[in-house]
Amino acid sequence: MSWGESRTITLTVNGTSYTREVEVRFHLADVLRHELGLTGTHLGCEHGVCGACTVLINGRSARSCLMLAVQADGAEITTIEGIADIDGPHAGGLHPLQEAFREFHGLQCGFCTPGMLTTLIELLRDNPAPTEEEVRIAISGNLCRCTGYQGIVDAALATAKNLREATAPA
Amino acid sequence: MKPPAFSYHDPATLAEAVALVATLDNARVLSGGQSLMPMLNMRYVLPDHLIDLRRISELAHIRQSGGDIEIGGMTRQRDIEYSDLIAAKLPLLHEAIHWVGHRQTRNRGTIGGSLCHLDPAAEMVATVVAFDATLIAQGPSGVREIAASDWTLGYMTPSLAPDEILTGVRFTPWPDGHGAAFVEFARRHGDFAIASAAAMLTADGAGRITRAVLTIGGVGPAPVRLTEAEQGLVGQLANETAFAAAARHAAAIEAIGDALVPAEYRAHLAGVMAKRALAKAWSRIDGKGKLAA
Ligand code: FES
Ligand code: FES
Repeated sequence: MSWGESRTITLTVNGTSYTREVEVRFHLADVLRHELGLTGTHLGCEHGVCGACTVLINGRSARSCLMLAVQADGAEITTIEGIADIDGPHAGGLHPLQEAFREFHGLQCGFCTPGMLTTLIELLRDNPAPTEEEVRIAISGNLCRCTGYQGIVDAALATAKNLREATAPA
Repeated sequence: MKPPAFSYHDPATLAEAVALVATLDNARVLSGGQSLMPMLNMRYVLPDHLIDLRRISELAHIRQSGGDIEIGGMTRQRDIEYSDLIAAKLPLLHEAIHWVGHRQTRNRGTIGGSLCHLDPAAEMVATVVAFDATLIAQGPSGVREIAASDWTLGYMTPSLAPDEILTGVRFTPWPDGHGAAFVEFARRHGDFAIASAAAMLTADGAGRITRAVLTIGGVGPAPVRLTEAEQGLVGQLANETAFAAAARHAAAIEAIGDALVPAEYRAHLAGVMAKRALAKAWSRIDGKGKLAA
């Protein structure tokens, strides 16, 4: 069912190219979830407060409820479904940050987790040696209503340290 | 929580965009979308037309022209944050931008969008006011330059005609070695400031203030320059007493109160922020005493 103007757009999501006709009024999160079936991106508020809908757009974190899908035409998008495959192949099939979330109790219900992970992946790329305060500021736009932030911060700091050690010249 | 139906336009040039704003009724300009998208999702605004500026590459730039620095309206806040030129030449803007929303919203949000949205707590508005920057708008009849002091007509109301688009801002940097600081207080980093203060200072060889700017955001209906406080500072020895006297002007602003933040608390915080910004700006002046007397 259509309520108005539509456009055909092409998105590359987690390395796969999708061409779809979408209503111009649809925000990106709804297109990812409803048109592409990628329901790992969560919607907590739909007005830019909770950060659950964060994805990477051309490598930069953004709230997918705060942009129209038509604005992402031609963009490369990484969602939670694709992060295990970025930054190289990983033993166990998880991104090191996902492993650390498991190890440090960085999640309970998991609702905020896709947004936390995409945000922190960008932070660690920009700043491989963040301080605890920098990690906390980076996730200041992501609300977690059940785990609390300590485990998440610990996971991010441990991952940063591991990645630095892994890439340090011997 | 879904945007209403509208017609979507994504012109490739500024000329086309201006023609669209000048002719379409009930149209809204979309830049970074970090304020407009929530309003669309919540249907606070019901435009018939959305004019998206994202394809107009001429509107996204940071460049030096003469001694000035020009920033295009569609420049993402993140690109300002990461610009070495801005960090070197406009340290106040460099510090202020870190307080704008969150990492994810700075990646999308633009300086032009923030200036046009004109939230009372907007750091970008406070910063252009502190610099007395020049805003540049383009309409069907040409380019119009607007002094930052004339930009705010009222609460969230910029001096922009319905057929104009804000294309950029021009800043004149302060001399090398000046001190600048932007401080703010919010309950959570990235939230709208309850009060913010921006200060820039220069000093002479004897430690006297030779030039001062003090701006307060988040307290009144729009960020304000405290010109009386500034005049009071010039010629003073920089010290606790001088800064406290300036801060009293900040605390005297007629503050907005709401359910969470009573007006008296906002006004009190304005004074605290003013004092902190001045002290921090002072501490950052290079070689105080070496600047020309
Ligand atoms: S759903 Fe996008 S920020 Fe909450
Ligand atoms: S893990 Fe439940 S909201 Fe964060």
